[in-house]
This record gives sequence, structure tokens and C-alpha cells, in this order.
Amino acid sequence: MFRFVIRRVLFGVLVLWLVATTVFLLFFAGPADTVARRLAGPRAPQEVVNQIKDSLGLDRPLITQYFDFLGNLLHGDLGISFNSATPVSTLIGQSLPGTIWLVFGAAVLWMIGGIAGGVLSATRPRSVRDRVTTVLVLAGISMPTFVLGMLMIYLALSVFPWSGLRPGPYVSPLIDFKAFLQVMIMPWICLAVVQAAVYVRLTRGSMLDTLGEDYIRTARAKGASERRVTYKHGLRAALTPVITQFGVDIGTLLGGVVVTESVFGLQGLGQLMIRSVRDGDLPVIIGAAIVAAAFIVVANIVVDVAYSFLDPRVRLS
Amino acid sequence: MSLTEAQAEAEHLPEQPPGVPGKGPWRLAWERLRRDRAAMISLAVIAVIVLLALLAPVFAAITGHGPQDQFPSEGVTPEGLPVGPSATFWLGADGLGRDLLVRMLYGARISLFVGIVSTLLATVFGVIIGMVAGFYGGWVDTLLARVLDVVLSFPYLLVAIVLAAVYGAGLPLLIFVIAFFSFAAMARIVRGQTIAYREREFIEAARSLGAGKVRTMFVDVLPNLIAPVTVLASLLIPTSIVFEATLSYLGLGVDPRTPSWGAILYEATDYYRVAPGLLLFPALMLLITTLAFNLLGDGVRDALDPRADRR
Repeated sequence: MFRFVIRRVLFGVLVLWLVATTVFLLFFAGPADTVARRLAGPRAPQEVVNQIKDSLGLDRPLITQYFDFLGNLLHGDLGISFNSATPVSTLIGQSLPGTIWLVFGAAVLWMIGGIAGGVLSATRPRSVRDRVTTVLVLAGISMPTFVLGMLMIYLALSVFPWSGLRPGPYVSPLIDFKAFLQVMIMPWICLAVVQAAVYVRLTRGSMLDTLGEDYIRTARAKGASERRVTYKHGLRAALTPVITQFGVDIGTLLGGVVVTESVFGLQGLGQLMIRSVRDGDLPVIIGAAIVAAAFIVVANIVVDVAYSFLDPRVRLS
Repeated sequence: MSLTEAQAEAEHLPEQPPGVPGKGPWRLAWERLRRDRAAMISLAVIAVIVLLALLAPVFAAITGHGPQDQFPSEGVTPEGLPVGPSATFWLGADGLGRDLLVRMLYGARISLFVGIVSTLLATVFGVIIGMVAGFYGGWVDTLLARVLDVVLSFPYLLVAIVLAAVYGAGLPLLIFVIAFFSFAAMARIVRGQTIAYREREFIEAARSLGAGKVRTMFVDVLPNLIAPVTVLASLLIPTSIVFEATLSYLGLGVDPRTPSWGAILYEATDYYRVAPGLLLFPALMLLITTLAFNLLGDGVRDALDPRADRR
């Protein structure tokens, strides 16, 4: 077990190193002037380009720059934003709470909705409620997130203005709880609807597989109630792939819920990235991308280790 | 008996009892698909959308509004607001006084183009890589499977953002990113299927007849992969369309002046409270398109795999 964890962690470190190296090469490989121009953006005046070249030391050999880059990364130093002259780590720190609240709030909703929907349609396959669920899931999968978000904002502002819901930057619940709810409820629902569709499908498929197993028949044969068979014997085993997906999703989403944050103007990590691309603020893009990759790598390790507890066969293979 | 003799004999063998017309698997699948009402309606809807996209210049000619033409006097009210649907602007105009309907129809061209081209690219590369990995096995498979794992574990939006930051957004980059991520999903499925077929008798037969590896892959393995590949490809099209719209909405897709559904929706942000049509019409068009492709894809899956119990 211990060796398995160590192996997974080492693989995670390897992936992160690959990500950092790729990002570094994408941005910094090439002649110093070309790189400075790339970092400054096509419209920046020549003085700015020269200034960037000097301040980042782009004249030095690539390998020196690379080791500096890695060294700074290890110290948590992600550089300084071009636009706001603030350390990138500060900007990322400021945008993390919005993203974290968004992801975990929505996760509660989509797990409840997704698992309930999946169980409801798997216990009565081909019934009316199964058909209705399937149609809703298909609609949810076909609906682009940003379209759903825009429609919700339109409804909230123009049709139900008394609801008080509004798009806007994240407000800490400790400062103003009412405002926190007003800005968070729509993004929560928006993200949850899109995610729940996937989870209903996943739960339904996994549940149907499990309910077809021999041990379920055994449980029924020894007289366990239908409810006990469904939840204690069926759902518990059926949830393993759902939990795996959940871990992966949480990791990916913590790296920035790009679309939902942008639609609602939540100013989380994802929106920070999009804004930096528009402004050509490359240190922020690089930093945010590496932080996002770190979230994903950590989530994948947690999922693999948790999975090996749930299903010992994984460890041995 | 030589091979040619065997073939000649096989050709003369009656495959069906006399009086029963033979039906190939494709014919059977098509007949099942035709009985699927949702899939047939979706097919009709897709045909209409394709037709509308092809006829976009005709609509531009009838209304006299090009997709980029701005009509600041007719399309925008004196207060600076876009006009609503009328005899000249059938679905209204946008904030710059451009014809919404004409732009949406040109947008359909972009969506369909990106959806189909990136799916084709993903399918060709996914099938080749997946087959090579599954068929050759050994270190080739280990290496390719690891690469696919890494690609699939990467969040596509993040990559799209970084690439757009380095190389600038645009249609070729967009298609590349979409194809790159779809190809991994395709390759993984093809690899699994190929491994399942590799040890079957008919492959062994091909090998013992002296067929080379490449020939065996394309002549003997590939035809068996057509069903799962068709299903996945038909579901990749709506995914790609949504992806294009999303990236264009975020300003990372096509040139913002190009009429794409995502870009049209992004531009609607400032106006849709006063002109809801700017949001509702393109949103509806996008939703109908992806829903139709998804329903058709589900229908194709059920038709090609009747054992699948309609999960």
C-alpha cells in the first residue's frame, strides 16, 4: 500500500514537471527579442519589449533561465503580473476563494441531483420516469454552459428582478452573507445542472450493472427488502466509479471553472486566466496554468489512492 | 484446396435459404434507425440546418444584408439600441446594426465546419493510433497508452487558453485543439477493441495466409471497428460544436468579427436585456443543433448495437 502511494506521488511529480517544462518551452524558447515580443504582445511599444527582456533576463542561456524558473516555482514564486505589478501568487490567492466556494457548493447540488436521478431511473428501467430523466439528461448534456448561464442571468434580471439574484464578483460570506448568496446561487445551479447530467448517466449505468450481479439476486433470495437491496447492496457498490469521476472533476474544476466564472463575472481562477489571455498578461497565465495542473495532479493521486482502498484489485495490478 | 478455389466455392454457396432476401448488417441497422422516431426527426432537423447554412448567401442576397454589413441608421434606433424583428431585419439586428438572421446562418457554416472537420481529423488519427497501439502491443502500446492517458487527464480549456495566449486565437488552432482532445478518446476505444480482436481466429488466419501487419490491420481489423467508431464520431460532432461556441464566446476561438454562434452570443451580452432576441435566437439554434446531433448519435448507437439494451 505504502509503495503504491509513493509510486503515485512520484508519477504526479513527474507529470507536474512535464507540465512546467512544456509551459516554459512554449513561452520562452526562441531568440530573446522574439520571446520578449511574444510576452509583451504584438501592440506593445519597443521600450516595453526591451524592459521585459532586461527584467526577465531573456538574454541569458535558455538552460539558466529554465533552472531559475524551476527554482522560483519550488519557492512558490510565480513572478510579477505585467498589468497590475502585483505578484502572481497574490492574484491567484485572491481568486481562489470564489472558485473553491463555487465548486464545493455546486458539488453538493450535483451529487444529490445526479445520484438521485440515476437511482430513480435505474430502479425502474424503461418506465416513464426513466424516459423523462433520460430526456432531461440529454438536454443537460446538449446545453452549453455559457448559454445556460446567460439564460439564467436574463431570467433573474429581466423576468424575476425581485429575486435579488445577480451576476457579480465573489463576496466573502463572512463579510456579507446575503450578498454572497445573491451572487453564488446562480453559478451554483448553472454548474450543478451541467455536471448533474453526466452524473445521472454514470450512476444509472453503474447501478444497472450492479443490480444485474449475482449477489444482488442472492440478497433478494435471502429475503432482504427491496429498499435494502437497492441502497445497501446496490448503490454502495455502484458508487465506486461515481466517486472516481467526482475526484477527477473536483480537481479539474478547482483549476478554474472558466466558463461559469466568466459568464457570471465571479472573478475566480478561471476568469483570471481568461482575462490575462485577453490582456496578454503572460506571467499570470503561466502561474495559473501551473496551479491548475497541480490541482488536477493532486486530485488524481487522491482518487487513485482512495480507489485502491475501495477496490484492492487496483493495487495489485 | 487453394485460396482461389475456396473463394470460388464460397461465392457459389447459397448464403440464405431461397426466397429469403439477404440483409447486410448496415441494411439492418438502417432499418432499425428508421424506426427510431427521435433519430429520424433529428436527422431531418440536421438536414434543415445544413441546408440553411448552405443557403446563407441566398438569405444575404434577399435581405440585402451581408454578414459583416453594419446598418447604423436602419438597424439601430436613435437611442443606440438594436431594432427588433421586422420586414427588413427578420430576426432583428445586433448592437452594431448587423442582421442577426444572416449572421446566425453564416455562424451555422462555422459550427458545422468545425464540428465535422475536427471530428474527421480526430477519427482518422484516433483510429490509426488506437489500432497501432492495440495491434502491435508491447512497448509501442505502453508508450501510446501512456501518452493518451496524459492527454485525457489534461483539461482541454486550460490547454486552449495557453495555446491561444502563445500563438493567438484562430480557426486552425481551434480545430487543432478540438481534434487533439477528441482523438485521444477515439484512440482509447479503438485500442481496446483492437486488443479484443487481435487474438481472434480470423486474424490468425490472415497471418497464416502471409498477410502483413499493416494489411491485417486495415483489411481484417478495421471493418470490425466501424460500428463503435461511427457511434463515437456521431457523438463527437455536437461536442465539437459546443466546444467551438464556448471558445468563441470566451474570445479564444474564431476572429471575433467572424459570425460564429459563440461570438454572436458574447456580443449579445451588452444588449440582451433590451433585445432578448439577440440571446434567445442564437441560443435556441445552438441548442437545437447539439440536441439533434446527440439524439441522432444515441439512435445510431442503438441501431448498430441492438444488444445494448438501450442504456
